[in-house]
Amino acid sequence: MSVAGEQNQRGGINVARLLMSFGPLLFLAALIVVFTVLKPSFMDPINLFNITRQISITGLIALGMTFVILTAGIDLSVGSLLAFCGMVAAVVAKGGTANTLSLSTSGTQGYGWFAALLAAVVVGAAAGGVQGLAITRLKVPPFVVTLGGLTVFRGLTLTISNGGPISGFDASMRWFGTGLIGPVPVPAIIFAVAAILCHIVLRYTRYGRAVYAVGGNAEAARLSGLRVDRILVSVYVIVGFFAGLAAFVLSARLNSSEAVAGIGYELTVISAVVIGGTSLFGGIGSVGGTVVGAALIGVLQNGLQFNNVSSYTQSIVIGLILILAVAFDRWLKSRVRR
Amino acid sequence: MPTAEAASPEPILLAVEGVTKHFAGVTALSDVSLDIRPGEILGLLGENGAGKSTLLKILSGVMPPSSGRIIFDGADYQPASPQDAKRLGIVTIYQELSLIPTLTVAENIFIGRAPTGPLGLVSWRRMEEDSRAIIARVGLTIDPMTPVSALSVAEQQLVEIARALSLKSRLIIMDEPTSALTETEVQRLLSIMDRLRRDKVAIMFVTHRLEEAAAICDRMTVLRDGRLAGHLDRDNGPIELPAIIEKMVGRAASELYARPAQRAIAGDIRLSVRGLRTVRDPEAPHAIVLDGVDIDLKAGEILGVAGLVGSGRTELARAIFGADRIAAGTITLDGRQIAPASPADAIALGIGLVPEDRKHQAIFAALGILPNFSVASLGHFSNGFGFMAERRERDALAGFRKMLSIRMASAEQAIEGLSGGNQQKVILARWLARDPKVLIVDEPTRGVDVGAKTEVHQILVQLAARGIAVMMISSELPEVLAVSDRIVTMRRGRITGQMQGVEANEEKLMELMALDRQDAKGQAR
Repeated sequence: MSVAGEQNQRGGINVARLLMSFGPLLFLAALIVVFTVLKPSFMDPINLFNITRQISITGLIALGMTFVILTAGIDLSVGSLLAFCGMVAAVVAKGGTANTLSLSTSGTQGYGWFAALLAAVVVGAAAGGVQGLAITRLKVPPFVVTLGGLTVFRGLTLTISNGGPISGFDASMRWFGTGLIGPVPVPAIIFAVAAILCHIVLRYTRYGRAVYAVGGNAEAARLSGLRVDRILVSVYVIVGFFAGLAAFVLSARLNSSEAVAGIGYELTVISAVVIGGTSLFGGIGSVGGTVVGAALIGVLQNGLQFNNVSSYTQSIVIGLILILAVAFDRWLKSRVRR
Repeated sequence: MPTAEAASPEPILLAVEGVTKHFAGVTALSDVSLDIRPGEILGLLGENGAGKSTLLKILSGVMPPSSGRIIFDGADYQPASPQDAKRLGIVTIYQELSLIPTLTVAENIFIGRAPTGPLGLVSWRRMEEDSRAIIARVGLTIDPMTPVSALSVAEQQLVEIARALSLKSRLIIMDEPTSALTETEVQRLLSIMDRLRRDKVAIMFVTHRLEEAAAICDRMTVLRDGRLAGHLDRDNGPIELPAIIEKMVGRAASELYARPAQRAIAGDIRLSVRGLRTVRDPEAPHAIVLDGVDIDLKAGEILGVAGLVGSGRTELARAIFGADRIAAGTITLDGRQIAPASPADAIALGIGLVPEDRKHQAIFAALGILPNFSVASLGHFSNGFGFMAERRERDALAGFRKMLSIRMASAEQAIEGLSGGNQQKVILARWLARDPKVLIVDEPTRGVDVGAKTEVHQILVQLAARGIAVMMISSELPEVLAVSDRIVTMRRGRITGQMQGVEANEEKLMELMALDRQDAKGQAR
């Protein structure tokens, strides 16, 4: 019984495992085919690069969110944190909040793009770290801490900006949002490089192993000698860092930091991670999946827009796909178990 | 098929005749027959994977057999669902209890059939009174309006049995009912089973614990690899444990718990514990705290720590390992006083712990064998930049796979797919990769097949021979006796006695573990 049973099971696992790893990718390919058939111009390089530019902002945050969700955590504050970091970057780039209406491109009063970028990612990482400490030290669940963070960071943003935008950055900063290297938009390149780095960290480093272990079974991780609390804090630092980076790119692209930027981003970001196959219960998932998940949402939005589907209907479709993706994942897992 | 002919005048209540079950080409159960009469306790025994669960699922209406016949109370028994099986008079009580914790005992007993008053509203008073009478049948005197979440596991089990009785069940199937109980609770359950037997209820007792089965069962049916391995009958004299084991594993029992010859022990004291006390956790006021424990552990020896559930044996392991806070006392490792504040500290000092609850405390179910193996030695298996040296990691795993004969398909295979014994070997390999000075193993063979148990024991002996100081905590006395060079017993957070392995026997140990009067006499101060 046992030999035949194992073999049979193994066969079953392979097919289902394969689907589990490549399911979202297959779905993405199918979507691209459908949209191309509907409108061949969908495949124009210009449109494709457009999509990559669109997904790079939420995609960057989704990379960080992958770390968080792998530990069975969640970060709802990323949208607000993005706005906050964007505002910090703008203040640093322009040397204050005073001349918010000036569209001067000289940048002489400010500290330049590098200082702005540094400020955005440092503030983002620090804000993530504070939330991580609240989660591990005060033992408040991540959902609650970051729900609080969502409100706090939005409030801070409105406070420093007085509710309005800070606009007008110099050309060197704007390049990070609107520039091209060859035909490729700079934000897409930043996203691609970040994704590769995240993939390497999760797949090939001891830190990556520790993240999976903590998410897979925190108690077993502690009894195996991992410093679970430190690892938990670190993933919130990472997602905060990426919220800061995304904020910088977004501000550069829009030539403005808006106090209302990033509202609802947390949902798009979490959707991308979950559609990409990362389990909300931790321990299962990959950066590759998240990239596919982000691309899937981007292609869907762009393709629907391309075919003149209203943004109202887009929301409905994306929501349904999120549910179906998770249902499909569950179904596959139940097949594997049996 | 041997039955208890003539001895009992009762007609057969349940007859399973030639039942076979296939799953997608796999035969889980092949031509199994058994029968049970009213007022009889039938033990159903077998190793993990022997087919017990499949048979249970068929009898409880979860799934139908592929072929064969079941006759219950003189009629063909073909339940469409577990509810149907219950209605026909067969109730199965699983290890995971099915009571709703937030509801009261009475509500659970009368769930879906609450007694109503004239207006069709629930009559709480009648429900309370009837429940009180029902639970009295299983010797429970608690208030039926207590929420189930406030009951111990043992009490919850009794409530389930009481509910089964109130449903006029004629056959109660109990799946591993004693695995989560303390010794006293087990004795109480066994005596209630005996009382039900006198009330002409038929009980099928599915268990791993051979001693309990031998103590209570009238007859036993043993399964092996999905087939009937044999029936054992008390009428031919008391059922002997070696006979059961032989039927279960298909070889003589003497091979199982063969004590290794007394080995020469290196003799240097590795780990020394003096006056160890732990902190009482205000959130768990009833938890066991250590009350001044002294222990010495020598290099190259296996120290058996015998104690019942709640004796403090696991707490001792966790305190040494830095997993629980220490209130007072000293721990010395190789002559140096240590104070591990976390497992990470203890591990860095050369201590390893194979915890009691493998599923929740040791394995990463979603991950493959490789990350499960290396998780405690990530530093060892990575380079200076933090990158994993996967080649070295795989080679090391391959070495342990050979040394411990771990049966696995590949390093990528999910650890969940391994049998309990092989999972435990991976966890042992996790610690061996660190070459620990001290290895603490807590219930090393829990949930491990009888065959693989012997292998785990041999591994522990080998490790000791390599100079590792092994502390083995176990509630299975035959295991303690088979493997330990020296044995200490624990009760209520204290050491109650110690002796050389060769001097010990089950009676001596049980006395020290279970009896109060030993507290003063045996205290190893």
